[in-house]
Order: sequence, then C-alpha cells, then structure tokens
Amino acid sequence: MPKTLYDKIWQAHSVSHLEGDTLLYIDRHLIHEVTSPQAFAGLAEKQRKVRRPDKTFATMDHSISTRSLALDACGPANRLQLQTLADNCEQHGITLYPVGHQKQGIVHVMGPELGLIQPGMTVVCGDSHTATHGAFGALAFGIGTSQVEHVLATQTLKQSKARSMLVDVQGTLPQGVTAKDIVLAIIGEIGHAGATGHVIEYAGEAIRNLSMEERMTICNMSIEAGAKAGLIAPDQTTFDYLKGREYAPTESQWDAAVAYWKTLYSDADAEFDTVVTLNAADIAPQVTWGTNPGQVTGINQPVPDPASMQDAIERDSAIKALKYMDLQPGQALTDIAVNHVFIGSCTNSRIEDLRAAAKIARQGKVASGVTAIVVPGSAAVKQQAEAEALDKIFIDAGFEWRLPGCSMCLGMNDDLLGPGDRCASTSNRNFEGRQGRGARTHLVSPAMAAAAALTGHFTDVRTFQG
Amino acid sequence: MGGFNQHSGTALPLNQANVDTDQIIPKQFLTGVTRAGYGKHLFHDWRYLDLHEQEPNPDFVLNQPQYQGASILLARENFGCGSSREHAPWALADFGFRVIIATSFADIFYGNCINNQLLPVSLDPVAMDALFAEVEKAPDTVIEVDLPQQCVRIGSTEYAFEIAAHHKHNLLKGLDAIGQTLEHEATIAAFESAQPAWLK
Repeated sequence: MPKTLYDKIWQAHSVSHLEGDTLLYIDRHLIHEVTSPQAFAGLAEKQRKVRRPDKTFATMDHSISTRSLALDACGPANRLQLQTLADNCEQHGITLYPVGHQKQGIVHVMGPELGLIQPGMTVVCGDSHTATHGAFGALAFGIGTSQVEHVLATQTLKQSKARSMLVDVQGTLPQGVTAKDIVLAIIGEIGHAGATGHVIEYAGEAIRNLSMEERMTICNMSIEAGAKAGLIAPDQTTFDYLKGREYAPTESQWDAAVAYWKTLYSDADAEFDTVVTLNAADIAPQVTWGTNPGQVTGINQPVPDPASMQDAIERDSAIKALKYMDLQPGQALTDIAVNHVFIGSCTNSRIEDLRAAAKIARQGKVASGVTAIVVPGSAAVKQQAEAEALDKIFIDAGFEWRLPGCSMCLGMNDDLLGPGDRCASTSNRNFEGRQGRGARTHLVSPAMAAAAALTGHFTDVRTFQG
Repeated sequence: MGGFNQHSGTALPLNQANVDTDQIIPKQFLTGVTRAGYGKHLFHDWRYLDLHEQEPNPDFVLNQPQYQGASILLARENFGCGSSREHAPWALADFGFRVIIATSFADIFYGNCINNQLLPVSLDPVAMDALFAEVEKAPDTVIEVDLPQQCVRIGSTEYAFEIAAHHKHNLLKGLDAIGQTLEHEATIAAFESAQPAWLK
C-alpha cells in the first residue's frame, strides 16, 4: 500500500499499541525554561529519572533579556525560572546552552543550526512552534508540560495518528514574495483552524525551490493553521545543509543515513485526506489585518469588509478583530501607519531573514516616530550577521541591534508594546495583546517589516526592489 | 489524581470563536515554576480593566453576578488555539472549571485538558446555539455532563458527544500515564537497540 511521508515516519517510531493509542518513540527532545520546570518537579515528586539525557537538549530563550546577558535582567521571577532550568539540567546530565553561550538561541533556531534535527526523526518540545523542524522531513510537534514530563521519563509519547493534508504550491514565486508570504497565504486560504487534526505535507515546485531556512519559516507556522505538524520531504538541499554540522552523522554513518533519508517521501500514489493547491504566481506580499494569522491579505488589497463574509462566525470574528485593530473596511493597507517594527522570532530571525531585511534597510532611515528592533535568532546568527556587517547596516539606518532570544514575539521579557502601539512584526501570532496589552500586531515578512520601518506605514516591498 | 465521571453545574457562556491561549493566560503569568495559582489570572486582559487585577471589567461575562460559581465553560469553534502552554488548562481548572463545551478545540490544548482531568466536550454548532440560548436566558440552568454515557443533559434534552476511547479511559480512571508507560520499559529498550547507529 502506498504511504505518505507521515505514514513512514510514524511506522518507524511505533513502539507498541496501547488502548487505541500508539506509543511513539521520540528521537529528540528540546526543552526551555518556560514549559519544563513543572515537568522536572513531577519527576522529582515520583523519584523518576530522565531516561535519555543524551537525546534531550536545553536552551534559554523565552524569558531572557535582549539587552543584557544577566539572568536577573528581567526580574526575579524570570531569573528563578532560568536558574531552575540550569539546576534541572545539571542534576539530570542534560546539555544546556545558556544565555551567553556561543550555541544559545531560540530553541527552533539553534536546534537545526547544531544539526540536532535530521530527516525521519521524531522531535518534540514544549512549544507549539516545534513544527519548524518539519522542514527537515522530521515529524515535529509541540507538547504540553505533562507530555514533557512523559518524554523525559520514558522517551516516548502516547499519540493518536492525525489525518493528512497535502498543500501543493505550484509554479515559481514572483520577485519580492517570500516563504513568509507563502505560509500566510496558505493560512489565509484554509483558515486559522483549517488544518486542525491534520499533519500537513508541503510540496510543489515553489516549496522544492526553497532553502532550508525558508522551509523552516513555512513549517513553523503550520500550527497557525491548527495543524499538528508540517513536513517537507528531505532532498539534496536538506543533506547539503546538514553535512558537517556538529550533531549530524559522520563518516560511514553519513552515507547510511543519507541512503535512509532518500526513502523519506510520499509515494506517488499515496492518498491524503485533504489536498489544497495554490499557485505561487498569485501570491503577493502578505499583511495580517486581524487578530489571528488567518485574517490576512495581499499588500495590494484593502482591509476586507466583514459584511461580505458569508459565514456568521467568520464575520463576527472579523468585526471584533477590526475593532481591536482600529481599522476600517476598505482602508488601503498601505495607509496604515506603524510606530514599531520587530524583526525576529523563530519564524524569521535566521541569517537569510536578516540579509533580506538589511537589503531594504540600507536604502534609507527608520522613519521618525518608529522604533525598530532586530533580534537575531541565535548567538550564531548574531555572529554571522556581524561578520557580514549587517549589524552596521541596521544601526546606521536607525534600528536597534539586540541579543538573541524570543523577545517581542511574545514579550516574556521587557520587549513589550504599550496600548495602541501598532507593530509590523516578522513573528507568527497577531493575537490580541500578544506583544503587549492593547497593542496591535501585523504579521509580515522581514523585507516588508524593514520597508514599513523606513516609510512609517505598510509598503509594497516590490517598489523598493524595482 | 482522581477520576472524572459525571459533573453537574451551571455554565458560563463565552460566546466567541478562536479563544486563544494568550487570552486564557497571558505571557506575564508564565514565569512560574509550579502548577498552582493561575486561576486568578484567567482571561486577565478581558477580565480586568487594570494591570494589577484590582478593577474587574463589568462587561466581561466572567464578572457578571448571574454566572458566579459556574463550573462549565461554553465557547465556540477552535477554543484554545495558539501556544502549547499547559498553564491554560491549569488556569481554567484552578479557577473552578471542570468541563469545557465548545464547537471545536485546538489539538494541543485538547490533549493538555485530558492530562489535567478537565473534560473537553465538542458539540455541533446547532447544539451549541441551543446551549448558549438556554444559559443566556436562564443562567441558573444546571447542565449535567456524563462521561461514561458520553452525553450532555440540559432539561429534557440530551446531546451525545464523541471522545477517543483512550482519552475516556484515562479521564475515568485518573491514571498515572507515565507509570503505565514505564510498564513497557522492556519494549522501549528493545526498540532503542534496533535503531540505526546514527540515532542511538
């Protein structure tokens, strides 16, 4: 029987079947300070050990400062949480890349950088953007803290198999349109809950042509369509990215691994429960106008009119969103002024993202009244960007150049917006209050964010690149 | 943890779709290192007019006198979307909710509820319309949720709901999931020893 890529990874990790569940083996467990302390406390309560500390890797990313390396820079509660992670890792023999370490970074940026994520693996983390790692053809998904404890203790998870969805993006991307625009267009098409209960496999010429970093941007936002995970079949792009990275297989094991990885694709006649097709040529640079990532449209479109929406729930959500966002139906997106710009997050903080933003930033100065920050995704990204003098381009243009972390994507540190602030953000969620109570978030690509910083309002980045 | 069997209580009608985890418990309350004490921050941004939680927002349904003491939460589609933070079900349970009845749930949130003895019940939009209408008309209406029978009773009307057999089993028994898995230690070890060298 023909199999999907998801079927193949699932079967290769099925330890046993229990009461309707499958016990799934986990190859990599990434942990961070926010969703792990209660899991370690649970282990301690029952005097349980971490089964495979060698398959568990930790970093500090969510509640750290982007201005200081001090653990207490964001107050005593954050410090306690960070110190608790350090203590738990030491006690259980888990490798930790703490603040200030050369390999520290946002968990979904540093993991791939180190070669920790490889095709065909199962990867979990107490963070919904774990879907990022599907870019490698790994089955990667976010879990809650009870499940973090379960994986720490057993290196397995009880799981039910999800349905499958194929998202086929045909053709080639127009100039100025990026991976972020593809994934926002997909979410706009299928809706904020359009892939609930599904694992998405992204395929088609436009996906195949993407770099690994661009593929990570796509898979990262799978959860914003409600998907359990997102997958892209591995290919030469994947193997070239992995070769020589610290935790990638070496020598004779490399050849054996590649031979296996080459079997990881959906068979030609494999059936998917749902199939969605998009044409890359139809995608314009995207801007969200609402309070979930599915409320999005092209920069050349007006803010939609809820009155034109057929579905009552969708209409009510749009009315509520426009009220929160303080926008009017029919308003041109290019007329919306911003006073903040955030370039960063596990969606868009890698070196290619910073290069794309810098290419725009070098063409002008941050507009008066706009505060713009650039937060690299990891210490390694920061170092590379500085080696390429991207930091100078940003600073000369009036951007702030910060230390790596999750930062203003969720504002667990002091990178927070105030009521009524409006931000062009390269992050992944535009929920009410996400970047600060009463603040308004518009999701865009790094180039679009940089363009908004220079002009002070949303601007079609293609007018910069002409 | 004790098992979940039946529950009867009044309901809070939160008539919204896409209620995300950032609304259920905002990020500034995620710096804790224990599972306790999140209920007072539940729906913080909607519930309070100020940052210090001194001024309840009278327009928010949770603050309205007729719904005090509710232990069942009603909501619309895609409840719990967004982050994997288990602080969301911890906050709901700590506040006093035992059951959430909604049109649909986000996957990670749904699993997190099961792991915390908080019963997520999914009913079709027509049934949800009826429940909202009844509770908004008569806030003291008692809703009965019967997990063994998989049904919700309100007055003389019954609504059947679906739940995966293993989720039902875990809720009913209130079992230690890790303890159960550890009984399969030998099978897990055998699986590991058969993995290819680069994964071992």
